[in-house]
Amino acid sequence: MSSENPIIEFNDVNKWFGDFHVLRDINLRVAKGERIVICGPSGSGKSTLIRCINRLEEHQQGRLLVDGTELSDDIKAINAIRKSVGMVFQQFNLFPHLTVLENLTLAPMWVSQIPKKEAEERAMQQLRRVQITEQAGKYPLQLSGGQQQRVAIARALCLTPKIMLFDEPTSALDPEMINEVLDVIKELATQGITMLCVTHEMGFARSVADRVIFMDHGQIVEENTPDEFFNNPKNERTRDFLSKILSH
Amino acid sequence: MEQGRPDLRTASALSPKGIKPARPAPPKKRDWSWRSQALRSLLYQVVALALVISAGYYLLGNTLENMRLRGIKSGFDFLVQPAGFGIGESIIPFDSSESYVKAFAVGVSNTLRVSALGIVLATLLGTFIGIGRLSRNFLLRSLCGAYVEFFRNVPLLLQLFIWYFILTETLPTIEEALKPLPGVFFSKNGLQFPIPLWADGHALTLAGMSLGLVLAVWWGRQSRRHFEASGQLRPVALPALALLAGLGLLGWLLGGSPAALDIPESTELNVVGGGSLTPEYMTVLMGLTVYTAAYIAEIVRGGIQAVPFGQHEASSALGLSRGMEVRLVLLPQALRVIIPPMTSQYLNLTKNSSLAVAVGYPDLVSISTTSLNQTGRAIECIAIIMACYLTLSLLTSWFMNAYNRRSLLKER
Amino acid sequence: MSSQPFVFEPIASRAPPRPVGGLLPWVRRNLFDGWTNILTTLLLLLLLALALPPMFQWGLMHAVFGADNAACRAAEHHGACWGVVAEKYRLIFFGRYPYEQQWRPMVACALMVGAIAASCYRPFWRAWLLGLWALVLALFFVLMKGGLVGLVAVETARWGGFPLTVMLATLSLLIAFPLAILVALGRQSHMAGIRTLCVLYVELVRGVPLISVLFMASFMLPLFMPQGSTIDVLLRVLIGMTLFTAAYLAEVVRGGLQALPKGQIEAAQSLGLGYWQTTRKVVLPQALRLVVPATMNTFIGAFKDTSLVTIVSLYDLTGALQLALGDADWRKFFFEGQLFVAAIYFVFCYAMSRYSLWIERHLNTGTRRE
Repeated sequence: MSSENPIIEFNDVNKWFGDFHVLRDINLRVAKGERIVICGPSGSGKSTLIRCINRLEEHQQGRLLVDGTELSDDIKAINAIRKSVGMVFQQFNLFPHLTVLENLTLAPMWVSQIPKKEAEERAMQQLRRVQITEQAGKYPLQLSGGQQQRVAIARALCLTPKIMLFDEPTSALDPEMINEVLDVIKELATQGITMLCVTHEMGFARSVADRVIFMDHGQIVEENTPDEFFNNPKNERTRDFLSKILSH
Repeated sequence: MEQGRPDLRTASALSPKGIKPARPAPPKKRDWSWRSQALRSLLYQVVALALVISAGYYLLGNTLENMRLRGIKSGFDFLVQPAGFGIGESIIPFDSSESYVKAFAVGVSNTLRVSALGIVLATLLGTFIGIGRLSRNFLLRSLCGAYVEFFRNVPLLLQLFIWYFILTETLPTIEEALKPLPGVFFSKNGLQFPIPLWADGHALTLAGMSLGLVLAVWWGRQSRRHFEASGQLRPVALPALALLAGLGLLGWLLGGSPAALDIPESTELNVVGGGSLTPEYMTVLMGLTVYTAAYIAEIVRGGIQAVPFGQHEASSALGLSRGMEVRLVLLPQALRVIIPPMTSQYLNLTKNSSLAVAVGYPDLVSISTTSLNQTGRAIECIAIIMACYLTLSLLTSWFMNAYNRRSLLKER
Repeated sequence: MSSQPFVFEPIASRAPPRPVGGLLPWVRRNLFDGWTNILTTLLLLLLLALALPPMFQWGLMHAVFGADNAACRAAEHHGACWGVVAEKYRLIFFGRYPYEQQWRPMVACALMVGAIAASCYRPFWRAWLLGLWALVLALFFVLMKGGLVGLVAVETARWGGFPLTVMLATLSLLIAFPLAILVALGRQSHMAGIRTLCVLYVELVRGVPLISVLFMASFMLPLFMPQGSTIDVLLRVLIGMTLFTAAYLAEVVRGGLQALPKGQIEAAQSLGLGYWQTTRKVVLPQALRLVVPATMNTFIGAFKDTSLVTIVSLYDLTGALQLALGDADWRKFFFEGQLFVAAIYFVFCYAMSRYSLWIERHLNTGTRRE
């Protein structure tokens, strides 16, 4: 890994939901182009962690820097960061009243002020990348779950982000569709984009990740290369979790 | 091979030429046996229809007999006769020598007059209160909530009586009318206000405004095209308003700036001149507006809350500003949920305007009741009321179904 | 590069830096969060400060509570005259019912309200509840009508006030509900004839205002009767209201029937259940649960709609108020009387809407995966 400045930097970040201490003293540095998989039991704060990166959640203590800009209440900073961070949700969250193409061209046209023709060309390019060009004129609810999630990935990519966040992208899919989505993410991973992915798919983690992070009760318990993580977990909790996840 | 098991090797498989072609379905055979579904359902329907028809026949027989005994005539011929009563207010000139048909027409016009304005005002007020209920401010939320709870839980008729009392008993008499603005008089006799007198110059004003409207639409189209071509947003709302107002003003100036107003003036006993709204009209308008706005507020609130939270998250993640999010993502989805129940509230408002008979506003029901009392043609008069409202309902249902079909989110 | 936590130490949960619970943070969040919020709060507080003290003074401080006409007139315009209620409450509550016999409508009303309250309580939903209702209804009519058991006969035209409101609402709902279920089922039926009849009924009745239905019932039902017999005024109005409410309820129930997954009927059929068995045991319990909010809304609407019988000259609660204030002495204090009656309606309707929320939660505990 290069030794230049990390693209994402968490410094003693803490977050509370009311009285519930959901992120505890998070210290994390993500290098440019690094691919990170975050796993852990539900309620461990993994989704909250990545949502803090594009300010869908606000942290209360500590410093969080994304691409050199510190995340604060400054609306301009937040909007600038959101242009370079793309997010894919568990529930896809496509806009049901717009066609697939319109879903993809909405943000480039209205946020990045890109002319319609150029936005549509970019959109078709991304649709080609996720292999779903023939559905461009359809509406999201006319597509299967796997197709919808691929469209969601294409939508996030249309803004040419430097960082891609995946919040359990395959958890809402039927088993036969998981692979089509994972293949797309794997292909993305080979193209140098920084990725943080919250997932339970351990095979995916093994093949794609540069680093695997295990979170429990709001703190990072262990982080390591996939090899070390899966074959040689150092912490008792990690071992416990892995035994549950990998047993079937 | 075991006994009783079919020989799988010789079971019909794909013919050597490929899949068998499709054949048309054989004709449907109706089974008319004693226990069949078809016979039973036919029997039920025949019995039901027979019951209904015989009941109808019996009632009709009684009715005709009773009408003959009481000397009640029937038929719609009374409609062309002179009405013999005056109507308190109307936008069509009417006096007691005009026919019943005209009287009913006046009734319909009065109903539409109060319903149309009521719908507009109720929508504005209701939308505002519905959004207020979702506000972050606790006071605003509670006050809007209290408004909705209060006006939904008291009968409309009682609310109309209360409004009528306020407008006719608590206001001063016309000699001592309230004058909130110069030329505006507010008293027991209603609201009188200045209205512009029509002069030729006004035609130019209207022409100017129409031109402004056309130019505004053109400007909207142009800026949309510019946006799609270059990505730059151009302001649309303010220039459109400016065009409308500016060209209207230009037309007015060119027409000689006619500013003549018919201002009400108080004479010794009365106030003459100007436009006026009767207390009855204002009662029905205020009562209907305030009551229906409470229901519309709930509909608007439900529609906004029906949009899944994930839509807001996706919009934020894409970097859309709040204004863009509301316009491009929230509103289209919320409107789909809001418009059908909103349309039935509009219909309810129009039907509720029939309560005007209780405060003396001459709407359709009120005039029909008067005609009924005068001619004794109960069935015909009531039939006219029902026919008018039914037409309105069916038109609205048809419109709503068409809208629903068009706006349905396209699914698999 | 990745940062390796060589030693893992579990971090204990800490309290948030700024207190989240408590009054002050709540006030900050809800009232003073941002400029628009602060402005709104100040504006609304100003409005309340202008409006509430005068209302308080008028309604309570300077108000006259006794039935004293002179004091009321003296306090006119700066004090409410609640005395009008003290003076006229019997007229408002019981209409034109003979004065000495007014204990009868009071008892009858209490019985009816008691029966309603008992029906709200879930453990009472047994077969004997029907028996209770039959008894209460019989007692109600015996008490109100009289002519038996040594009670003086009172014609229905003199019934009025609160008992009339309660009776009309309850009776029309009791009859309309089963009728609505039948009509809704008929509308879903495969038999075109029955379906058409039901559709015609519902669309016709829903397309016209209640007042025209009441007029039709008032004027036309007597004509339907064979010559020589008349039909009671109250009965006409009751029939009109029942038919009207049934049409709206039928639409509500139909919504529930349509929302039921088809799989339920298929499962019942595959078990061998017939049409009526399926409907009674599988379809209706679920469909009705689904539409509890809309049903309760219709009930509340029906309760409020009883006020319309004023227009056909039956003196329910609203109409009795008009009667009571025909008295010239007290006419000036109409407003206080109206507020009083409005408050009565409000209390009942609000209670019903709260009950509706409760029952929706209560009935759905079995169907939600918590």
